Amino acid sequence: MISKNIPDIDYLYPGHVACPGCGAAIAMKFALKVLGEKTVVVIPACCWGVISGAYPQTSLKVPILHATFATAGATASGVRASLDMQGDSETTVMAWAGDGGTFDIGFQSLSGAVERNENFIYVCYDNEAYMNTGVQRSSSTPYGTQTTTTPGRSWKKTHKKNIVEALAAHRIPYAATANIAFPEDMNRKFTRAKDMKQGVRFIHVFAACPTGWNIPSEMSVKISRLAVQSNVFPLYEVIDGTAYTLNFTGGKPVKDYMKVQGRFKHLTDDDLEDIQGMVDRDFALLQTKVQSTSVSSPTQETASRRSGGVKPV
Amino acid sequence: MKQVMEGSHAASEAVRLAKVQVISAYPITPQTHIVEALAEYCENGTMDARFLCVESEHSALAAVISASTMGVRTFTATSSHGLALMHELLHWASGARLPIVMAEVNRALGPGWNIWADQTDSLAQRDTGWIQFYCEDGQEVFDTTLHAFRLAEWVNLPVMVIQDAFFLSHTLEPVDIPDQKQVDQFLPPFSSGVKLDTEKPCNMGQLTPPSIYMEMRQHIQMAMEQVSSCYSEVEKEFSALFDRQYGPVEPVACEDAEVILVVSGTIAGTCRSVISDLRSKGEKPGMLKIKMFRPFPADFVRRAVRAAKKVAVIDRNISFGAGGIFCQEVKSALYNMDPHPPVFGYIAGLGGRDVTPDSLEAIYWKTKKGDLLKGESTWVETQEVELKN
Ligand SMILES: Cc1ncc(C[n+]2csc(CCOP(=O)(O)OP(=O)(O)O)c2C)c(N)n1
Ligand code: SF4
Ligand SMILES: [Mg+2]
Repeated sequence: MISKNIPDIDYLYPGHVACPGCGAAIAMKFALKVLGEKTVVVIPACCWGVISGAYPQTSLKVPILHATFATAGATASGVRASLDMQGDSETTVMAWAGDGGTFDIGFQSLSGAVERNENFIYVCYDNEAYMNTGVQRSSSTPYGTQTTTTPGRSWKKTHKKNIVEALAAHRIPYAATANIAFPEDMNRKFTRAKDMKQGVRFIHVFAACPTGWNIPSEMSVKISRLAVQSNVFPLYEVIDGTAYTLNFTGGKPVKDYMKVQGRFKHLTDDDLEDIQGMVDRDFALLQTKVQSTSVSSPTQETASRRSGGVKPV
Repeated sequence: MKQVMEGSHAASEAVRLAKVQVISAYPITPQTHIVEALAEYCENGTMDARFLCVESEHSALAAVISASTMGVRTFTATSSHGLALMHELLHWASGARLPIVMAEVNRALGPGWNIWADQTDSLAQRDTGWIQFYCEDGQEVFDTTLHAFRLAEWVNLPVMVIQDAFFLSHTLEPVDIPDQKQVDQFLPPFSSGVKLDTEKPCNMGQLTPPSIYMEMRQHIQMAMEQVSSCYSEVEKEFSALFDRQYGPVEPVACEDAEVILVVSGTIAGTCRSVISDLRSKGEKPGMLKIKMFRPFPADFVRRAVRAAKKVAVIDRNISFGAGGIFCQEVKSALYNMDPHPPVFGYIAGLGGRDVTPDSLEAIYWKTKKGDLLKGESTWVETQEVELKN
């Protein structure tokens, strides 16, 4: 089903080299539909460094500047400064990094840019591991996952870092989560980020990865949807690091989401129960924040927060 | 107009007059005075530039790289550990063919922590594709920084303008600072040939297969090979306006010299007086100051030392397991010249230790009287330190 609120125009050429069902490729397609042709995309080392095309080709109809792995935040800052000095305030700068380039090696650079209140959109497409180098764990890899560096019984036994909370602690003007199975919600969030025109706007996009998650490529969108429906990856927004809006409340068991993925196949029922507990606690904490901020800070955001419910496609 | 200023401010004044548009840097002693002055200029409107106060040197160079890619004139400054942290981006800047100019203050690397003069920081970056100039005094820092923008924007390679910690960066000297109009005559506004633009979208810095990567590297080498002649053009124009010229190397009394001392940085200033003292005593020393280290001016070095009986290279730096780094380069420049004078290597002044006129005179006598050493280099004025385990 094609949603009527998504622009038809495409800035991603066919023939790019992402794996079939790659959530990261779908995410870029949706993002650029909103941001449009006056966008400069900054890409540090990651799968998208390859998907964007080898010399002399490109898979995007907008300019791309590649950056070293740790520098998406600083590189986007330099692009913005240069455009500003040339009197161009119209062009949108978007940093587009994986979870490794955001949660781990690029975190310092991102944190610095957010603290300086630079003017650009930063998107982390999160496939929950270092996929480009062959599925090694990152600090975004969730508890319970097998990767090539957390193999066998050494599956990851620590929590996924909560990047949105870390950035909320910076009092970032806008942070939101988004998901390829909820394109209208994603569309709205990119529109909002674009229209703000100041500060770092952070969008954390859940990006299913058939290759790294050991799932069939045709299940990519369905599993992404399950991540939201099970509250594993809640859809929400945070304004100024303090005012929370929840866009969707799920109720499906976590095992429905996990049992269909090869990366979790080793987990026992007890493990899955533990994980259900973790997800419930995290979601309850998020709900507390939503409730407390809608009572304590009746800003103009409240209206949109109340009407923020979305439906998956 | 002549003004008394530190080497640091000779650099920042040149950057101001060069009308740099984006600056990004992270503080480290002894570079701080350079960036503090520039932050002040950006704040009070003396410069129409953006100063990005980033959270590390790694980010500083990354920001300057992207700003330059988007088509503005850029500058950064660092030293020692800061330069080491930039290493990855140093390659990226030259690989992307960006005309970035950097002020680099030569400082030792830890451990132990040492903030004093030592060239190992910048020389360890010799293979990163940056043009490197080593300066002797404040005037040379100022002039070379202006040269650097012209040269960088001509050959599309980044340039490091290097000065010794404290001996130069924090030492007050008279420096002739021209007015803006004169500088504008020498250095026109930056216009980038290739820049990233939403009107003509392209993909920069992308995945590059073996079928073309090698040619890209060859082009960098070809650009490096043009630096020498481009630099002499730049200097010609500069000297027509300002009546000062340096050259990639400066031979002093080398024509009839028996022993030539090869030096760089502030040691050159000390060496000048030692040469004239020894000359007045009837000795025949010469001095070769090397200003341009990358590309290495091998031709100029060969010409300057051709007739000497012996060459002594004094290095305020060390490549462990090999010796002084200038010394290695001089040796390789002379290797295919037959006959060539024997080359003596001396390691002196590491971590800010003084290299006095007496030190240099001792090196002269040791070279004149000595046979070629067994080891690669002689350590100057080190103490016997008892080793305990
Ligand atoms: C400094 C540095 N260290 C390591 C690498 C190797 N490397 C390239 S991409 C990558 C992982 C990227 O992971 P992520 O950011 O999650 O993006 P993904 O590949 O999963 O899309 C690594 C480790 C590099 N390019 N640079
Ligand atoms: S490995 Fe995963 S993220 Fe990378 S291109 Fe393939 S599906 Fe996309
Ligand atoms: Mg990843």
